[in-house]
Amino acid sequence: MIYGTGLAVVLAVIWWVLSGYDKTLLLSLGAASVVVTMLLAIRMRIIDRETAPFFRLPTLIPFYTWLGGEIAKSNVAVLKAALKPEIDVTPRLVRVPVEADSDLSRCIFANSITLTPGTVTVEIEEDAFLVHALTPDFTGADGFAEMNARADRATDGRRKSS
Amino acid sequence: MTLIEIGILVRDIASIALMATGLVFVLAGALGVLRLPDFFTRMHAAGVTDTLGAELIVFSLILQAGFTLLAAKLLLVGFLLFLTSPTATHAVANAAHRAGEKPLLSRFHPKHPRDREGDA
Amino acid sequence: MMVWVNLIAALCMAGAMALMLSRLFIGPTLYDRVLAANSFGTKTVLLLLIFSLMVGRSDGVDIALLYALINFIATIAILKFFRYRSLEIALAQMSLRRAIGGDDE
Repeated sequence: MIYGTGLAVVLAVIWWVLSGYDKTLLLSLGAASVVVTMLLAIRMRIIDRETAPFFRLPTLIPFYTWLGGEIAKSNVAVLKAALKPEIDVTPRLVRVPVEADSDLSRCIFANSITLTPGTVTVEIEEDAFLVHALTPDFTGADGFAEMNARADRATDGRRKSS
Repeated sequence: MTLIEIGILVRDIASIALMATGLVFVLAGALGVLRLPDFFTRMHAAGVTDTLGAELIVFSLILQAGFTLLAAKLLLVGFLLFLTSPTATHAVANAAHRAGEKPLLSRFHPKHPRDREGDA
Repeated sequence: MMVWVNLIAALCMAGAMALMLSRLFIGPTLYDRVLAANSFGTKTVLLLLIFSLMVGRSDGVDIALLYALINFIATIAILKFFRYRSLEIALAQMSLRRAIGGDDE
C-alpha cells in the first residue's frame, strides 16, 4: 500500500513537471491519467519494493554521492589511457564474487560496476559477476568488496545487522 | 556593479567551467572509441562520454536555466541518461559476450610507425 | 556571452558526433556499430539540450527527453533482434526456453 502511494505521488510530480499546467481542467486530466496508470499497475501486480524504491532514498543518496566521487576518479584514469600518444592498455576479464541475496542489491552493485568507467559487467552468474576491465589498475579486489558492501547497506542494511 | 550582476557573472563562469570539462570528456571519449584496439576496450571509452561528460553538460545547462521548470526537466533528462546508459552498455557487452566475441586480453602497445620501420 | 559559449559547445558536440559516425561506418563487428549508434544518440540528446537553451526555446528539452527514451529502447530492440532473429516473443520466455534446455538460436 505504501509503495503504491509513493508511486502515485512520483507519477503526479513527473506529470506536473513535464506539462507545467496549472488550470483546474488540465490538472484533473492529469489526476485521471495517474489513476489509470495506478489501476494498470495494480492489475499487473508489479507494485512492490523494486518498482517503487523511493523509500530507500535516505540511504541511496549517500551511496550515489560516494559513487560519483569514484566515477570522477576512474574517469580521469580512462581519459589518460585513451589520450596517450601511444596506446598502452592490458584488458582483463575477472570474476568478482557477489555476497548479496536480494535482487535489488545485486542490480545496484552490477549497475555501479558498469557506471564506473574502466569496468563493465559482462555476464551475471549465480554468485559472481564477470567484469571486463581496461587495465589491471581497475581490478583491485578491495575496491569491488567495498562497493559490494556499500551497495548492500544502501539497499537492505542486512550487512550491518547480521 | 551591483551584487546581482556579480552573482550572474559567477554563475556564468561556473557554467562555462562545467561545460568545458564536460566537452573535454565527451571529445576524449569519442577519440578513445576511434583509437582503442577492440570492441570491449572501446566500450569503456564510450562509457566516459555517457556518464561524467553528459552529466557535467546537463549541470552546466541547469545553471544557465536557473530555478525554473526547465531546470527540473533538464534534471529529469540527466537522471534518465544516468539510468539508461550503463544498462545499454551492459546489454551490448553481454550480447557480444554471448555471441562468442573474444576480448583481447594481452598487452596492446603498438610502436610508433617510424620505430617499426626502424625494426624492419 | 552564454550564446557564444553554447554555440561553441554545440559545434564541439557535432565534431564528437562525426567521430562516432566514422566508428559506426568502419566498426568491424556488429557490436561496435550498435555501441557507436547508442553513443551517437546520447550525443544527439546533449546537442538538442544545448541547442534549445541557445535559441531560448524550451520545446527542445521535451524532444531530447523523448529521444533519450527512444534511443535506449532502440538499442535494446536491435540487440534482441540480432540475438533471437525475432521481436515477437517476450524476453522472459526466451530465457525460460534457454533454462529448460532449448538452444540459443
